[in-house]
Amino acid sequence: MKDHLGRPLVAVTGIGIVTPLAWGREASWAAVKAGKSGISRIRRFPVDKLRTTIAGTVELPEEAAGGPVASSPLRVERMAAAAIEEALAQAALGTGGAFPGPLMLGMPPVEYEWPQRFELARQANGDGSYRAALGVAAGRQDLYETFMFGGVGEHLAVRFGTTGAPIALTTACATGASAIQMAVEAIQRGEAAAAIALGADGSVQPEAVIRFSLLSALTARNDAPEKASRPFEKTRDGFVMSEGAAALVLESLEHATARGATVLGILSGCGERADSFHRTRSNPDGHAIIGAMRNAIADAGLAPADVGYVNAHGTGTPENDKMETLGMRAVFGEAPPPISSNKSMIGHTLSAAGAIEAAFSLLTIRDQVLPPTINHNEPDPAITLDVVPNVARSVSGLRHVLSNSFGFGGQNVCLVVSAAP
Amino acid sequence: MTRQDVVITGIGLVSSLGEGPDTHWDILSRPGAAPVLDEATFAPWPVHPLPALNLDAQIPKKGDQRQMEPWQRLGTYAAGLAIDQAGARGLVSDMHLIVAAGGGERDVAVDEAVATALCTTPPAEAGPILNERLATDLRPTLFLAQLSNLLAGNISIVHGVTGSSRTFMGEEQAAADAVRIAAARLSEGRGGIALVGGAYASQRWDLVLLYGAGGAVWRGPFAPVSARPDPGGFVGGALGAFLVLETAGHAAARGAKPLARLAGVATDVAHVRAGGGAARAAQALHARLGAPAGAGLGVLSGMTGVAEARAEEDAFLATLGAIAVRRTGSLLGHGVEAAFPANVALGALALSRGGFYPAMDPADAGDGAVERILVTGFGQWRGEALALLERAA
Repeated sequence: MKDHLGRPLVAVTGIGIVTPLAWGREASWAAVKAGKSGISRIRRFPVDKLRTTIAGTVELPEEAAGGPVASSPLRVERMAAAAIEEALAQAALGTGGAFPGPLMLGMPPVEYEWPQRFELARQANGDGSYRAALGVAAGRQDLYETFMFGGVGEHLAVRFGTTGAPIALTTACATGASAIQMAVEAIQRGEAAAAIALGADGSVQPEAVIRFSLLSALTARNDAPEKASRPFEKTRDGFVMSEGAAALVLESLEHATARGATVLGILSGCGERADSFHRTRSNPDGHAIIGAMRNAIADAGLAPADVGYVNAHGTGTPENDKMETLGMRAVFGEAPPPISSNKSMIGHTLSAAGAIEAAFSLLTIRDQVLPPTINHNEPDPAITLDVVPNVARSVSGLRHVLSNSFGFGGQNVCLVVSAAP
Repeated sequence: MTRQDVVITGIGLVSSLGEGPDTHWDILSRPGAAPVLDEATFAPWPVHPLPALNLDAQIPKKGDQRQMEPWQRLGTYAAGLAIDQAGARGLVSDMHLIVAAGGGERDVAVDEAVATALCTTPPAEAGPILNERLATDLRPTLFLAQLSNLLAGNISIVHGVTGSSRTFMGEEQAAADAVRIAAARLSEGRGGIALVGGAYASQRWDLVLLYGAGGAVWRGPFAPVSARPDPGGFVGGALGAFLVLETAGHAAARGAKPLARLAGVATDVAHVRAGGGAARAAQALHARLGAPAGAGLGVLSGMTGVAEARAEEDAFLATLGAIAVRRTGSLLGHGVEAAFPANVALGALALSRGGFYPAMDPADAGDGAVERILVTGFGQWRGEALALLERAA
C-alpha cells in the first residue's frame, strides 16, 4: 500500500476520455489502436486566408445540430464534465454529486473571443472600444463567470461536489500531466483519499490558430488532414492543433482496496524539470527534459530498464521530436524501449495532452497493445528510435510506461504509470 | 511523513506606492499614508498605477524585456526582488516555482479597430476578413506575452529558476492555493526552497472589462474599501508580490535569516457565499489553523471592496477578537492574483520589523503589540483563504 519512499500508492480507478475520434474512452482508444486519424478540415469557422486550415475538433452536440459555436471555456467545461462523468462511473465513486476529494483542472487560459467582442460592439452601436464595451457589459454575470479563470473550475466543483477549492492550472503543453501530478501529491500528502485529475482543451478558434501559426508551430499540410500529423517522421513540419479532455479518478490504493474498487493501474512516478533556455525551445543539451524523465523514473523507484514503453510528447515539430530522441537516448542508452505518439492520430490536444496520453498509457498496459505512430512513411535517420510505425503492436509483460509532456516556457513533466500490483 | 517548518526569507513587493521592503515599511508604518491613484485614464474606474521601475536592475537583457508586456515584466521584476532579499541567487537551479497568473496583455488598438470594423458584418463575410487582419496585425511575440504560464517561463529564463514550474489560474484563490501548496511541498520534503507569487497590471482595459462585467470593479470617485456603497467593487492596484519560502532547516543551514514563520495556509470555497456561507467557510479555516485569536493577533485583510465578500468577511472578522485589523486594499488597491502574496509579504515585513501598521482604512480598528498575523483573502467572486504568520524563532 506504500511506495518505496513510504508514501501511499496512488491507484487509478476511473478513466474518462474525449477526443476528436469519439466522446468516450473505449471508442477513442479503439480508434487509436486502429491507427485512425481524427484530424480534419476546420468547419467551425471560415478558414479563408489561414495558413493552416486543419485541426482536430470536438463538436458539442448542439453545435453538430447547427447551433452557435461555443466559446473555448464552455467547450472545455462540457468536455471536462463528460470525461469526469465517464471516469466516476467506471470508478463507482462520487457519482451522486459528492466526490470525496479535490479537483485538479488542467485547462488553457481563456478570454473573450471575437463573437463576444462583436456582440458587445454591436450593442454599443458599432463602437468597438473597450470603454464602450464596458458600458454595455455591466450586469453580464454570464461573461464574468465564463471568462474568469476560476469560472470553469467553480462550475465543475459545484456539479461534482469535489472538496476544497478547485485548482486550475496551466503548464502549457504539459498541463494535463501537471494536473495529475498535483492530484498524486495531494493524495501522497494525505490531504485527501481521492482526487479528480483532469486535462481539457478546446482552443480551435480563429485567433488561437493564427497565433500558433505565427509562431511557425503548426503544419500547413492542409490537403490531406489525416496525414498531416507526422511525429518522428522525416517530413514532419509542425503540430496539428486539437481538442479533447481526459479525467482520471485517483485514490490511495488503500482507499480503493478497502472499498473493493477495480484498480486500473498505479500512478507510480512524477518528475518535472523547468528549462531556462528559451520561450519556445528546449536547451539544446536537453538537460531539462532528460531531468524530467529521470526524475519520474526515480520517483517511481524504478530503473530505466524497467520502462517497457514510452508514450511520447511527439508533437511532430522538427525540434520537439529531435529533442525527445536526444532525451530518450540519454536516459535509456543504446536500447531505448519503443516509443509512439498518440498525436499522430489525435493531434496535439495542448492542455489536455498530458492527461489523455496518461489515460492511453494505462489502457496500453491494460490491453498489452502499443498504439502506433501513424503517417510514418519516411524514417528520419536522426530519429534512432522504435516508434511503433503505423500499426499497433501486441506485447506481453508490459508493466511500466513513461508518458512525456514538454511545454512552451520550459515546463516539462513526465509520469510513470504502472500495472496494478 | 515528518513535517518541517516553513519560513519566509525573501519578499519581492512592487505596488503603486513603490518597490521593496524599505519603501513599503516607511510609507505604511506611519499614520496618514495616502493611496497613489490615477482617476483619469480609465474614468470613471479609478486605478492605482504601476510605479516607474528600473527594469534593467532585474531584467538585464533588453531582448527579454521586449518579449514581455507590463504584466510579465512586473512579475519577473518582483520575483527578482524576492530572490535578492533572500540572498538566493545561487540556489535558483533547484528552486521550485508556483505562479498565480491571469491572462497577459492584448493589443488594445487591434481589438478595438477590428471590433469596430467587423461587428455588424455577417459572420460568413466577417470570418475571412478577421483571419486576414489578425494574421497581419498580431505580433507573434504578443502571444508569448499573453500566455499565462509565460510569467513563470520568464522567471525561469531571466532568473534561472528551474526546480519546477507550475502556474495556477483562478484569480485570488489561485494565489492562496499557490502559497499553500508551495509551503506544503517544502514541509513534506519536496525541495528546500521555493518561489511563489503573482502580479497584476492594473492599467488594462481588458481586465476592467472582464471584472467589470460581473460588477466587481468600483465605479466612481475613489473611496476606501469599507466605504464603497453596495454593490461595492475593487479598485485595481498594480501589484507584484513574490515570496521566497524555505524549510527552516534549509534557511538555517545557509545562514539565511527568516523574516517570519509561515505557520499555516488554509483555503476553501463556499459555493454559496451570501447569508453567512463565506464567513462560515472562513471560520472553519480559522479552526484548521489552530484558531488564533485575541491579544497579539493582527489581521491583514485582503478585502476587495466587493460588497458581498465584504459583508461576509466583516462577519468573520468580528469573531476573531483581533487586537488590530488593517485593510490593505485601501492603500494598495486590489491586485487579484498578487493580493494574497502581497499581504503575506506585508505580514512578514511587519514581523521582521517588530511592529505593525497603523490604520489604512476608516474601518480599521485596534492597536497594540502584534505577535502573530492572520492574512485573509476573500476572493472577489469565490474563494476563502487564510494564512497565519508568526515571528521567526
